[in-house]
Amino acid sequence: MAQALRAAPATELDGISVSIRDLSLSYGSVEVLGDLNLDVKDGEFLVLLGASGCGKSTLLNCIAGLQPATEGQIFISGQNVTWAEPSERGIGMVFQSYALYPQMTVEGNLSFGLKNARVPKDEIRRRVARAADTLQLEPLLKRKPAALSGGQRQRVAIGRALVRDVDVFLFDEPLSNLDAKLRAELRVELKRLHQNLGNTMIYVTHDQIEAMTLADRIAIMRGGKIQQLASPDDIYRRPANLYVAGFIGSPPMNLLPGRLEGNRFTGALTADVTGYDFTSRPRGPEVVLGIRPEHVRTGAAAEALPIRAEALVEVVEPMGADTLVWAQLGQTPFRVRMDGESRVRAGDRLSVGFDPASLSLFDAASETRL
Amino acid sequence: MARSGPPLRLFQNWQAKLAATPMILTALVVFIGCSLWTVVYSFTNSRLLPRLEFVGLAQYERLWSTPRWQVSIENLAVYGVLSLILTLAIGFLLAVLLDQKIRFEDGFRTIILFPYALSFIVTGVVWQWILNPDFGLQHIVRGMGFSGFTFDPLNDPNLVILALLAAGIWQGAGLTTVILLAGLRGIDEDVWKAARVDGIPTWKTYIFIVLPMMKPVFATCVVLISAGIIKLYDLVVALTRGGPGIASEVPAKYVYDYMFGNQNLGQGFAASTMMLAAVLAIIIPFALFQLGRKRRV
Amino acid sequence: MSDAAFPTRAAAPARASAPRGRLLDGPAGVAPTRRMNPKRIMVYGGLIVFSIYYLLPLWVMVMTSLKGMPEIRMGNIFAPPMEITFEPWVKAWSEACTGLNCDGLSRGFFNSVAITVPATILSIAVAAVNGYALVNWRFKGSEVFFTILIFGAFIPYQVMIYPIVIILREIGLMGSVWGLVLVHVVFGMPIITLLFRNYFSSLPPELFKAARVDGAGFWGIFLRVLVPMSLPIFTVAVILQVTGIWNDFLFGVIYTRPDSYPMTVQLNNIVNSVQGVREYNVNMAATLLTGLVPLTIYFLSGKLFVRGIAAGAVKG
Repeated sequence: MAQALRAAPATELDGISVSIRDLSLSYGSVEVLGDLNLDVKDGEFLVLLGASGCGKSTLLNCIAGLQPATEGQIFISGQNVTWAEPSERGIGMVFQSYALYPQMTVEGNLSFGLKNARVPKDEIRRRVARAADTLQLEPLLKRKPAALSGGQRQRVAIGRALVRDVDVFLFDEPLSNLDAKLRAELRVELKRLHQNLGNTMIYVTHDQIEAMTLADRIAIMRGGKIQQLASPDDIYRRPANLYVAGFIGSPPMNLLPGRLEGNRFTGALTADVTGYDFTSRPRGPEVVLGIRPEHVRTGAAAEALPIRAEALVEVVEPMGADTLVWAQLGQTPFRVRMDGESRVRAGDRLSVGFDPASLSLFDAASETRL
Repeated sequence: MARSGPPLRLFQNWQAKLAATPMILTALVVFIGCSLWTVVYSFTNSRLLPRLEFVGLAQYERLWSTPRWQVSIENLAVYGVLSLILTLAIGFLLAVLLDQKIRFEDGFRTIILFPYALSFIVTGVVWQWILNPDFGLQHIVRGMGFSGFTFDPLNDPNLVILALLAAGIWQGAGLTTVILLAGLRGIDEDVWKAARVDGIPTWKTYIFIVLPMMKPVFATCVVLISAGIIKLYDLVVALTRGGPGIASEVPAKYVYDYMFGNQNLGQGFAASTMMLAAVLAIIIPFALFQLGRKRRV
Repeated sequence: MSDAAFPTRAAAPARASAPRGRLLDGPAGVAPTRRMNPKRIMVYGGLIVFSIYYLLPLWVMVMTSLKGMPEIRMGNIFAPPMEITFEPWVKAWSEACTGLNCDGLSRGFFNSVAITVPATILSIAVAAVNGYALVNWRFKGSEVFFTILIFGAFIPYQVMIYPIVIILREIGLMGSVWGLVLVHVVFGMPIITLLFRNYFSSLPPELFKAARVDGAGFWGIFLRVLVPMSLPIFTVAVILQVTGIWNDFLFGVIYTRPDSYPMTVQLNNIVNSVQGVREYNVNMAATLLTGLVPLTIYFLSGKLFVRGIAAGAVKG
């Protein structure tokens, strides 16, 4: 690398693969990314998750150098790469539409970047062979992309990043163009690849299953800002705010507005929340109580729990392994995920119950977790 | 390798700017520069050589009092209106006929469009031969027994415009047909299914439902045909040479003849400036209309 | 529901021998259609009438060019020749007089080739790079220049021809083939740039991003990634430019000298020259010769030609 890529103070970036400092991007008066800070550890699998238009792909493009940022800095492997060309950043990138060069063979696609970097021929051959071996592409090397299936094309796209021998892999919704079955297969393959290679990977997706299954940490983005950066388990169990609570989980968390006085919640149901792990006390009495449909117990199991109520069943959706129940708790809609064996019908009265430890409380005004 | 300083604005993707120099030069020097030059010199008394001696509107006064220019404008107006209407009508009719799931569609389309591949000079020469009074159409019809039949547009000042129309439409209607056919094919199949379920006859569906849906395509055709009409020159040169007399003169020919034949540049500049004004009068409303449509979307 | 409503495969043979009791009286199966109804006759009739209008001039051209002058004076221009002669073609190619010299259209043909080939190559090269820069390497003002370019396509040439004479004279290209080539590059630029811009913007932008990550630069991406996958659009551009430049008359007559006149200008001079006896058969042979190059391209290219003009027109 050129000397121009100034090394940062070594201690500060120790063990950090990609570091984003105060990054912002705006088009005129429209702010796409606002004051973003993010450190990705060496070998970490980080997923940027969010609805479309949240800025996750833009952030990835900034890291890749395909989109110049308005303010801030980007460090990759200890080098300040804020002004560096994409090819100089030590990254490989995989795109949703594969972006394979249609007139080149698989081999040509894999070696194009290396040829541009004037890597010696023997070295190119060695690296292509290694990537082909890792991704089982050997029989396809002489084919053109048009003669490949969707899954094969995506493997070639990954291979193109692989041959570059880089520290950081960037994935831009790489599985979104595939059908459900293939997506599940390639997901596992990606996870295996990460375990074997140990590279840093930054992965953009709008699919929460992909995020939950692949990530070491997930960054949930909205409006160009990171809402929560935590492990999948934390994000699922301890959502940082109402947006994250509503975004993660399918069906999403039940959110019941109400008042909290002491440890007593009143709203669509009355509950004593003693046992809930408060991180802060609410500023006002208005709060929102959240409980995941799968954490609600029913019938006899509900009787033993500290919080109980009775719900009126409206619609039942049997899904095989489990059954989704759409009910009313007073006037508030309430979803319950039940065992596939349970027999409920519309119009039934269902006694429900849950544990204070499994619920989430949010301040109604600031929408943040208590 | 990597730049060592912050990227300077002027040098940001300098290769693209360098590569686009021919485009920038064409836009600025030729399209804007040359047009402005001509407009400016149209106010001078340039004759054999361009001279910057301004004479106000004298060239324009002389232009509009010249019978040949008046005839040219009149011809262009008559030819323009008739050609526009006939080209659109024939183009639409042919497009509808081709849209009837017919056999040999490609064959018919090839036949209708081939004159468009030819030079106006070729077209003009061919129609001059077909309309030749001694050998062509008139001769044939007379030979069939109608000895009094007279159809000699090339030598009849009142009919010469018909000769231009026959040749012009022969050459150009194919293009309109192809564009309108593409427009017809672009209309949602479900519109046709709905009309069929509602029991609306085909011809009514075309006129009352499909035609209004094709407004943008027609607008495109109108602009293309109009641009062609104003440039009308080669066809006149090859078919009639402006004759008989000055009966088929057109503005573009006036410009050429005054600039390069009569060595009266000022007249040529004034006449070409009038042509530019006419084009702007068509293009600007269309551009604003398109812009407005894009804004609304 | 009974089984009978859903006959299984096993039940089928039994049904074949059983009386056909399931169908009621009335229409069944495919509705009868007449192959030729009045509507179809009108459609084909209309198309055939128009086809005659379009084909007749071509027919007349070919027939006249194959007749001798005596037969033309006696006969019917629509009738096929009684005695086929190729002499008019030979004469048109190598002997016809254009006012100055009498060596036929061959000179014009070679002039036209010498103009069309470099003008086509250069104009497409420039316009393709323009389109690429406009889509993938936008810079401040690039869209403004493009808008001016598109507007320029509608400015009547008459407004710009004289200043261009001055420019060509200043750079020493007035009257030469290269001056005319330059003029064709300039005036072909709007439509061909538009063509390439639309094509390149229809390609997935990720392809461009991937090539950048792979370290390819401005020219590397263009020459090694985009151009190889743009063959169809280059073909369309070649068709448009070859026919357009070959058919040009106005620029040829203004910017070249008589000895480098393109074919169209020569044809006009042969046919519309006042002196000498009019040889209509030679004229028609000359006309056909001039039209032969664009017609060949048209008939060979088929749908690509249509695609070219439609792409240029509808999106413009």
